[in-house]
Amino acid sequence: MFSELDAFLSILTFTPAIGAVIIAVFRFASRPEDQGLIDRNSRMVALGTTLVTLFFAVVMMFEFDPAVAGFQFVHEVVWLEQIGMGYRMGVDGISVLFVLLTAFLMPICILASGAIEKRVADYMIAFLLLETLILGVFTALDLVVFYVFFEGGLIPMFLIIGVWGGQNRVYAAFKFFLYTLLGSVLMLVAMIYMFLQAGTTDITVLLDTAFTPQAQTWLWLAFFASFAVKMPMWPVHTWLPDAHVQAPTAGSVILAGVLLKMGGYGFLRFSLPMFPDASAYFAPMVFVLSLIAIIYTSLVAFRQTDIKKLIAYSSVAHMGFVTLGLFSMNMLGVQGAIFQMISHGFISSALFLCVGVIYDRMHTREIAFYGGVVHKMPVFAAIFGLFAMANVGLPGTSGFIGEIMTMIGGYQVAWWVGAGAAVGVILSAVYMLTVYRDVIFGEITNPKLNTLTDLNRTEWIIFVPLIIMTLLLGVCSTLVTDITAASVEALISNYDAALAAPAQ
Amino acid sequence: MTADMLSHDLSLLTPELMLAGGAMALLMLGVFLKGAGTPRLVHVATIGLLVAAGFAALFLTGDDGQAFGGAFVLDPLAKYSKVAITLAAAVALLLALPYLESEKLSKIEFPVLVALAVTGMVMMVSANDLISMYMAVELQSLALYVLAAFNRDSLRASEAGLKYFVLGALSSGLLLYGASLVYGFSGSTGFNEIAIAVAGEPSIGLIFGLVFVICGLAFKVSAAPFHMWTPDVYEGAPTPVTALFASAPKMAAIVLLARVLLEPFGGMIDQWRDVIWIIAVLSMGVGAFGALTQQNFKRLMAYSSIGNIGYALVAIAAASQTGIWALLIFMSLYMISVIGTFSAMLSMRTREGMVEQISDLAGLAQTNPGLGWSLTALMFSIGGLPFFVGFFGKFFVVFSAVQSDLLILAVLAVLFSVVSAAYYLRIIKVMWFDPPEVTFVQPAMSVYWVTRVAGWSTLLLLPALGWLIYQAFSVGLDVL
Repeated sequence: MFSELDAFLSILTFTPAIGAVIIAVFRFASRPEDQGLIDRNSRMVALGTTLVTLFFAVVMMFEFDPAVAGFQFVHEVVWLEQIGMGYRMGVDGISVLFVLLTAFLMPICILASGAIEKRVADYMIAFLLLETLILGVFTALDLVVFYVFFEGGLIPMFLIIGVWGGQNRVYAAFKFFLYTLLGSVLMLVAMIYMFLQAGTTDITVLLDTAFTPQAQTWLWLAFFASFAVKMPMWPVHTWLPDAHVQAPTAGSVILAGVLLKMGGYGFLRFSLPMFPDASAYFAPMVFVLSLIAIIYTSLVAFRQTDIKKLIAYSSVAHMGFVTLGLFSMNMLGVQGAIFQMISHGFISSALFLCVGVIYDRMHTREIAFYGGVVHKMPVFAAIFGLFAMANVGLPGTSGFIGEIMTMIGGYQVAWWVGAGAAVGVILSAVYMLTVYRDVIFGEITNPKLNTLTDLNRTEWIIFVPLIIMTLLLGVCSTLVTDITAASVEALISNYDAALAAPAQ
Repeated sequence: MTADMLSHDLSLLTPELMLAGGAMALLMLGVFLKGAGTPRLVHVATIGLLVAAGFAALFLTGDDGQAFGGAFVLDPLAKYSKVAITLAAAVALLLALPYLESEKLSKIEFPVLVALAVTGMVMMVSANDLISMYMAVELQSLALYVLAAFNRDSLRASEAGLKYFVLGALSSGLLLYGASLVYGFSGSTGFNEIAIAVAGEPSIGLIFGLVFVICGLAFKVSAAPFHMWTPDVYEGAPTPVTALFASAPKMAAIVLLARVLLEPFGGMIDQWRDVIWIIAVLSMGVGAFGALTQQNFKRLMAYSSIGNIGYALVAIAAASQTGIWALLIFMSLYMISVIGTFSAMLSMRTREGMVEQISDLAGLAQTNPGLGWSLTALMFSIGGLPFFVGFFGKFFVVFSAVQSDLLILAVLAVLFSVVSAAYYLRIIKVMWFDPPEVTFVQPAMSVYWVTRVAGWSTLLLLPALGWLIYQAFSVGLDVL
């Protein structure tokens, strides 16, 4: 089938962009009075495009051979031949799941954008371009191509927050953009340095290039500046709550579901395999930062009065598990970190969608405003309950697997790492159960809540896939770990070999 | 024999001769033809002349070489710059015609002055002698002073012209003083001879002279700390003239600076690299922080150009083949974006007349999506954000700096680019986030298309980037 095509990954990546171009052409060609028609149809075009992309991603998943550790579907086009830059695409066991996750969440985002009423066509264009840029990050096999996609994603997200966001959207959009840009530009200088050392920007070649320990330290720090902001790790996480609170629901979903994973993916793709000495050297620092993130942001989450902000802080805490697992550099830890990222992609997206459901009805996210929602929305209460439990890490949900794997992985490194993470699990139960009780249970004291209605059909369609995935991964974790195993094993054995080799 | 040599020398100067002769012929034509349509006729003819000169520079000049005893040089660097300069000036002139007609400024002198300024510019990039360098610089400067004050009934335009003239004369003085010192201590005005003289341990007098020459040229490229005139002149001059100021003369002056530093003074790199380093950092800093609080779009673009010249100087500080082609790529992409931006500025006309405040752009992405989206792309491109070609311009500049081990300079360059991203984003914020306020009237055809084409080229040039690099690459190989 077309998965045999050389350019299959490029087709997958740029399909959403083609949809965006189609909407843009109609948007510009239409008369102003037809704008309503364009807005209605752009929803359908966007949904169709994201579904086609999902179809391509599923085809890719079936054709993907999990036994191979290297890159598959590799596609290479000569671009800037004179200086050794090219356009290169490919996926391995680490990136393939992120591609699928992105393609899976995007149709949900489009469906969840029903509340967007102004400038719908522009909104859909921004979302489709965002999808292309995110997919490109996970499929790029060239430093510069990676950077272009990585940075380019800021632009549509900036517009999504700034145009369709809440009250304080301008501040949040600027903070999001400048914060992440500042983190990334240092990575650019580091990339150029690597380019000059290796003579190429091909990631497959760079993975085999050994940098001196001295250079590794600086390169690692430069990449860390970018990925730590993107993750985000404590103390550079402050842009995230602002961005989440101000972004429209679908923007929050994509931000928590996929954009944060770029940081973790970056660590896996660059920091760990390319700078093993520096990674080992800085690992204790990462553990400390991860533990602070897990414990401190959990406590901060507990004190929030805004539900969205609470979930945003909870995301930071859960990303702490990811960095902790990654830098433990053992099979369980790294596999667990990838699992945690995928699982968090479903759970946090679902939680933001839950907030979106009640926000669309009441137009407030204040916890104090709610109470007794279960009397009016029993189905919603059950779904919100399921994802709250998954966020806490209840066995049987995907959240449990990711946390337990990273915790054991951390424990294998040092007891205090595992113990600190365990405290975080308890704290997550504290804030999540508190907010759940305050919003869902009790008597209805606020008369405005009497107008609440339970989930409508679109919302059902949105939640069902997420429920299935959360439960499925919770009982059948090998769905993820089998795919990542070969690549992670290769990563770890190369890492250990590099550390064992005498320093030059 | 002599006639042969003369014809050989003159063949190298084909574009210059065309421009000089054409400008004078058009002046005569304009004076003798009496009629309402004459200014327009001369204007259109000048555009044709500029384009023809660009083609002549590309195809008719024959082999590379030196003319007039080494005072004039034709090499790939000069050729590339000449094509870029003439085409940029032609587009700027194209933008000027509807503006001049609607502002009742359409006179035959305007295109002729532009043609004379361009003659100076194309000579600047070929100058291979201190005297021919000074003459070329003065020819373009004098024409540009008049153009800045072309709207002589406007107080601001007159002020801009006067300021530009006084400071420009000062910088010419510095340049001349430096040139005389260099001549005194090296014994020659020719670049070839100076290159031999500076080999080995350069004397203190040569260093002094070189620093004055750098200062004089830094005025012309408006690098900090010699940038004071730029915001006032940009704001005061008629908008199409500002579009010209921001593109072609910048290219000419920066190429001249690169040639002076790398060819005659290549042996003194240890002495001048620190000077350029400091000027580059100051320019990027002034450009980034100065623009943050600007309310006038033209003033903002003035600071933006100061900052961007800082990046060009980073490429010069790299002093390598990579630096040269990075400089050419960067300046070419910058010129395309900046002309597009000024063209968008020329579209900012309400029923009452031209407006130029940033707040006037409010809601443009909704009320006029074609213009709003183009300007958005241009702003992202000048700001150096990926996916736009401007990113690659800055990328190669930083690349050349890292290659020459100027790591601190490279890090400062990218950090300043984050600061400058803030004000490009502010313009985008006004266009996208703010509610619409004013509506613009339909711009002239040429303005409309230049904005669109420049806007789309920020994305569509990406596949062609390899070709552009190939062109610039062969230039880089030839210098040094």
